[in-house]
Amino acid sequence: MTTYTATVTVRLKSGVLDPEAETTRRALERLGFDVEGLRSADQYELDVPADSAEAARERVEEMAERLLANPTIHDYDVVLQED
Amino acid sequence: MTVAIVRFGGSNCDRDVHQALASLDIDAEIVWHRDGLPTELDGIILPGGFSYGDYLRAGAMAANAPVMDAVTEAAADGVPLLGICNGAQIGAEAGLVAGAFTVNDTTRFRCDHVHVRVENADTPFTRAYEEGEVLELPIAHGEGRFEAADETLAELQAENRILFRYCEPDGTVSAAANPNGSKDNVAGLLGARDTTAVVMPHPERASLPDLGLTDGRGVLAGFHP
Repeated sequence: MTTYTATVTVRLKSGVLDPEAETTRRALERLGFDVEGLRSADQYELDVPADSAEAARERVEEMAERLLANPTIHDYDVVLQED
Repeated sequence: MTVAIVRFGGSNCDRDVHQALASLDIDAEIVWHRDGLPTELDGIILPGGFSYGDYLRAGAMAANAPVMDAVTEAAADGVPLLGICNGAQIGAEAGLVAGAFTVNDTTRFRCDHVHVRVENADTPFTRAYEEGEVLELPIAHGEGRFEAADETLAELQAENRILFRYCEPDGTVSAAANPNGSKDNVAGLLGARDTTAVVMPHPERASLPDLGLTDGRGVLAGFHP
């Protein structure tokens, strides 16, 4: 077994309103910064033991589908790194 | 025979709904989620609150608690199930209904009275009302904005699965009457069966004269056998 570190980034699907990001953008503008757009995302790092990179990716994608992301409103991507 | 009110860590409307059901002479018991559902089951309520501190997303943790397998099975068998507020978020996260409830468009927590229009009066939870009737109910949520893909929403509309829509006091569905930016003003919807429903407003907080509102009694009366 090798331990892989997976980075899962969960974003709102394009077109889904992100009120928190918009509030943050406006706060930056109040601080004097010029910001045209701001998108937020959640990122998770997982250390996962697996026999192969493919197996690790498969498990992590299942985790994203079942809990880390809500497929109704989120897209996600997985980046894998061997420790 | 009893209605199980499933309590998770962080549920806080379980006793309110228990008392509201008692006022309707409906036998109910609060069930700790780890203890599982009672064998003799008349109905299930997923009560409001902040289960698991809303970690990850409101309802996401509770939706994956082991008891939800039995809840899902019972709902599929036609046991009446009502998710209220956090219970609605749990129901959506668990796939008992379509769509998702996420951050209000204003980013603010809204604690207010709203009006909702009964869109489908042919369910246990709305049979006390007429289609088109307007109810005044309290809301208290930060993540109540209903989101669904356009195709999903079209299906819900076509199958008459939208239970309540936010509206003006006269029943007009408008953007101004929408407290959280919900798509199509959806305040409550049905799952695969007409006996599975989730609602963001709190019927139990509108169930006794002392509370100032009684419009929610008919929703809970859906648990009368």
